[in-house]
This record gives sequence, C-alpha cells and structure tokens, in this order.
Amino acid sequence: MSEKEIKSLEEIFEQRIARDEKIEPKDWMPEKYRKTHIRQISQHAHSEIVGMLPEGNWITRAPSLRRKVALLAKVQDEAGHGLYLYSACETLGISRDELYEQLHTGKAKYSSIFNYPTLTWADIGAIGWLVDGAAIINQVPLCNTSYGPYARAMVRVCKEESFHQRQGYEIMLKLAKGTPEQKAMAQDALNRWWWPSLMMFGPTDAESVHTAQSMKWKLKRKTNDELRQQFIDQTIPQAELIGLTVPDPDLKWNEERKSYDFGPIDWDEFWRVVKGHGPCNKQRLSARVNAWNNGEWVRDAAMAYAEKQQDKKTKKAV
Amino acid sequence: MNKENLIQYIYSIADNSLILGQRMSELCGHGPSLETDIACTNMALDLLGQTRSYYQYVATLLGEGKTEDDVAYLRTEREYKNVLLVEQPNTHFGYVIARQFFYDTFHLLLLEKLQFSTDETLAAIAKKGIKEVSYHKRFSSDWIKRLGDGTAESHQKIQEAITDLWAYTGELFDMLPEDQEAVEAGIGVDVTTLKEKYQEQIKNVLDEATLSVPELQWFQRGGKQGIHSEHMGFLLADLQYMQRTYPNMKW
Amino acid sequence: MEKNWPLWEVFVRSKNGLEHRHFGSLHAADAEMALENARDVYTRRNEGVSIWVVESKHITASNPKDNGELFEPAQDKVYRHPTFYDLPDEVKHM
Repeated sequence: MSEKEIKSLEEIFEQRIARDEKIEPKDWMPEKYRKTHIRQISQHAHSEIVGMLPEGNWITRAPSLRRKVALLAKVQDEAGHGLYLYSACETLGISRDELYEQLHTGKAKYSSIFNYPTLTWADIGAIGWLVDGAAIINQVPLCNTSYGPYARAMVRVCKEESFHQRQGYEIMLKLAKGTPEQKAMAQDALNRWWWPSLMMFGPTDAESVHTAQSMKWKLKRKTNDELRQQFIDQTIPQAELIGLTVPDPDLKWNEERKSYDFGPIDWDEFWRVVKGHGPCNKQRLSARVNAWNNGEWVRDAAMAYAEKQQDKKTKKAV
Repeated sequence: MNKENLIQYIYSIADNSLILGQRMSELCGHGPSLETDIACTNMALDLLGQTRSYYQYVATLLGEGKTEDDVAYLRTEREYKNVLLVEQPNTHFGYVIARQFFYDTFHLLLLEKLQFSTDETLAAIAKKGIKEVSYHKRFSSDWIKRLGDGTAESHQKIQEAITDLWAYTGELFDMLPEDQEAVEAGIGVDVTTLKEKYQEQIKNVLDEATLSVPELQWFQRGGKQGIHSEHMGFLLADLQYMQRTYPNMKW
Repeated sequence: MEKNWPLWEVFVRSKNGLEHRHFGSLHAADAEMALENARDVYTRRNEGVSIWVVESKHITASNPKDNGELFEPAQDKVYRHPTFYDLPDEVKHM
C-alpha cells in the first residue's frame, strides 16, 4: 500500500471513530491503534491477575465465613476479568502466552497499587473501597471505547464489579463501628492506601504523554486530573460517614469550585514503584512466574491427553 | 439421638467441607492456568457454602446465641472431626486433584444416602450438595485422566500423589459410636456400605487414566477422632488467626 | 513441550426460548475442558442454561473488505420491508 493510500485509510478510520462507530478485530486499523490497544488492554489484564495476589493473601485468614466466601468470589472475579481482557487482547493478533511472557520478563506494566502489601484485614476493606472505587471511575467510560472487543469486555467487568466496592466499604464500615482496636485498624489502612489510590489515575495532565491520542480513540473520556478529582469528591463524604479521616492535612472543601482542594502527591514515590522499587514488586512478579512455571507440566499433560484422545477417535473412524 | 452426639455427627461431615474448602482456597491466584484457577475457586466456594449450611444448623442446635463462626473458628484442633485426607497440603497440582478425586467420590456416595436422612435439615443440605459435588467429581475425574494419560512427567507426578494419599482413604469408612447411633436413628449414613462402590469407582477412573491402585499394608486414621496430622495446626493457625488475635469482635 | 491450549469461542443460552449468544472466549486443551471452563468462567452468576463451545480456528469469518459487495446490495431492496407498501390507514389487521 502506498503512503497516500494509508493516509486516506487512516482518515476514514478516524472518521468512523468520531462517528462513534466501533472497530472490530478484522477491520483495517492503523498499526499504532493496534499497538496502543495491545498495550493498554494487556496492562489492564495484568493488573487484574496481579491484583488477585494482595487480596488473595487474606483469603485463608478472613475473619468470618461470610467474609471468606465474599472475598474468594471477588478474587475469582478478578481472574475472570483478566481472562475477558486477555481474550479481547488476543483478537488483536497476540497470544495470551506472549502477553504472559511480557509480564513475566518485566516488559509489561500493571497497576502499581498492587505492589503495596496487605498487612491487616482492614487492607482488604481499603482495597475494595478505594482501589476498586478508583478502578470503577477509570473503567466505566471504557464501556464505550472504540474497540468493540474491549468495550464488550468492559461492560461485563463493570457489571460484575458492582459488588466489589460495596464489599470493601462494608468491611470498613464494620471496623469503624467496632472496637477501638478495629477502628484503629481501619484508619491505619486508609492512611496507607489513600495516596497510592490517588496515584492510580496516573501522572498529572501536564506530565501525561498519552492523553490526547487516547481521548481521540475513546480509551479515555476525561483527563487523569479530572478523574482524580471526581474520586476525591465522591470518597471524602464516604470516609466522613464512617468517621474515618483522610491523611491529607491540606484537604479542604472549595466552595467556589464545589470540589475538594488537596495536598501534593508524592510523585517520586509513584515513579519509584513504577520502576520496580515498591515494597512488593519482586514478590508479586515471582508469584505469577511461579504459578505459571509450576503449572507447565499440568498444561502440557492436558494437551498431550487431548491429542491422544483425538488420535483414538481418528483411528476408530478409519 | 441426643443433641451432643448429633452435633458430633454433623462435624464429621461438615468439617471435611470446611477444611477441604480452606485448602482449595489457598490455590486461588496460583493455579496452573486462569481457567483452572477459576474452576478450583468455584469448588472452594461450593464447599464453604455447604460448611455454612451445616454450621448454621449446629449453631441453632447449640443455642445461646452461637453463630456459624463460633463453630468454624473457635474449636481446638481435637474438636475438628475431618478426615486426614482433606487436610493434606497442596504439594503440587497432582495432590490437589488426587485429594479432590478421593474425597469427591466418597462425598457424592455419602450425600446420595444422606438426602434420605430423617433429619430434614441434613437431607436438604445433602440434596443441594449432590448437584455441586457431582460436578466436582466430574472435574477431578477428568483431571485424573488428563494427568494420568498425559505426559510421562504428569503420569509419574499424579501416580505419586495417588499412592501417597491413598493411605488416607481407609478412614473414610470408619464408624464411630456416634455414627452408629446416627445410623440407628435414621439420621446418618452407614459408610461401611459405601466402601465397595467407592473402590470400584476409583479403580475405574484410575484404570482409564492408566494409573494403578496402590496396594497398601496400612491405612492412616485418626482425623475422625480429632487426632490430626502435623499439617492441621498450621491450617488452623491461618483459619483462626483473626478470631484468636482479636477475640469477641464482629467483622 | 511448547504447545499452548487453543482458543475456544463460547456461546451461552441465557434461558430457554432465547438463542445462544456469543459470550466470549477462553483457552482449553479439549472440548470437554472447554465446556467445563465455560461453565466456570461465563455462568458463575447464573447466566446460562446451555453452552456451546467451538474451537476458534473452525470459525470462518467474512472479510470487512468485502462488506461492500456482501452487504450493501441489500440496502436498496426496500420492497422487502412492510413500509414499502402504501395502504390506506383504514385497513385493519395487516
């Protein structure tokens, strides 16, 4: 194809997206669109399955049977969501194994929040409330994104996730209304998870490299800063309702903006964790790598068995 | 039959679901593939769901405001009546599957009889459980075949697990005095009558999987009397951690 | 061995009376496993009463490049639609 032809295809392509038409797997798409989508969707998928680990850490120690089954179901959903997203990514011509390879070698990123440790039961509440809360804000707009398989996966993810945040907030509520020890546990978790949760929306708009392109392709509807503000504004009243305090001395309601002003985010910490120096980066990655490596003989066995059965069937037919 | 013995009888069934559910839930996030991970978690959820039904029943029998969590979390090791089989660790996926297969096969035979119990609550729990456990058995049997008749490595690994864990299956058919009493009251199941069918079903699947049934001189027992293996203390330390560290709190 | 579980497409009937609808895909070594995985992955919330699985490689898809010749010729065949026909408003049951 000549450069001119590509140029005109690209124009048609961008017009289709502008008209809110969906792009489907076999449609022509610019290479950059494919690459960007592989990167974002796989990052999203990796975040789901790495995200299973910090919460999985408390499944066996959940304090009641009701909490145990709820947490187990939630972590299982995350496996499901990872699966939906890997499948969406595979429609772009890359296999799940290649995507795993990228994760395991550190080439691919996942949400940095999961590189923080879950030290107490209250962390399970804080993750559900704050981390899932932030994730929902990021994810809901993606139900209308331009790439069909991604949008469809997100519709399913958002529908299933509706219980996750409630599950977390209910844990916090119960702790906040409990003994002084329990309340302190809840406050401690909020203290540790608050700032990393704000970082989940990514660098400030001034620093963000992908925003303009992502807006055009409907991978984003609002900027990082807008989403972060939305999260803060909706979360503060939830904290107040259960008598917990957000660890930000600069936090103040701004009557003029009808929004909260908040203190500076420690972006050095953010980049440090992104670059691999968070408290649990190594641990999380090696847990994934181990699960994959330890499972190899199992996956191989299933393939070998399937082939033998197929052979038997063929022989019978002959 | 008296209440205390009925409760002991329920423990001897329910604790198996709790402990196996607990073991299975350890796997969540660490399975050999995403799909298998999700499947194993489903089984854990079924088992824990059954556990809750049994324990809620025990709590009403105990009265005095007892809850399912008191029953699940606040007994000493000796007071858990699960068989040794279900507390054995997830050494590798072969052990997970072999343990599940040995228990599922027994579990289904048990529930098929328990659904006719004169105790209506137990009968109802069994009836619901049959559907879940039928699927578990199908899942674990399929995997026994895949691993047994898969690669040379998988064959060796699953045979190792089968051989090791087989020693814990004899106990499934032991009858304690309260079991006997439950049978006489029409509430319980005479597990000795399940043994022949059990061994036949196990053998059929193992044959198809090109695996051999171990020949054993001695079967391990004790769990049903509360004498557990060394693994049990660690499992309970995990399970009970919160309730023991922060007593008398609501979660 | 370096052979990965192939990809399968999953179709689920949500309730009797409805058609099977494409729900998504998954990996499995064989058809039996694909069915079991589909049950565990796609019907956890009671979403289905029947499942079909088919290995993705067996699906033949039309090429969007051919959309012009495949689908556009149908656009002007307005006489296939009831609104094409002019009838007086008084006519009932039609």
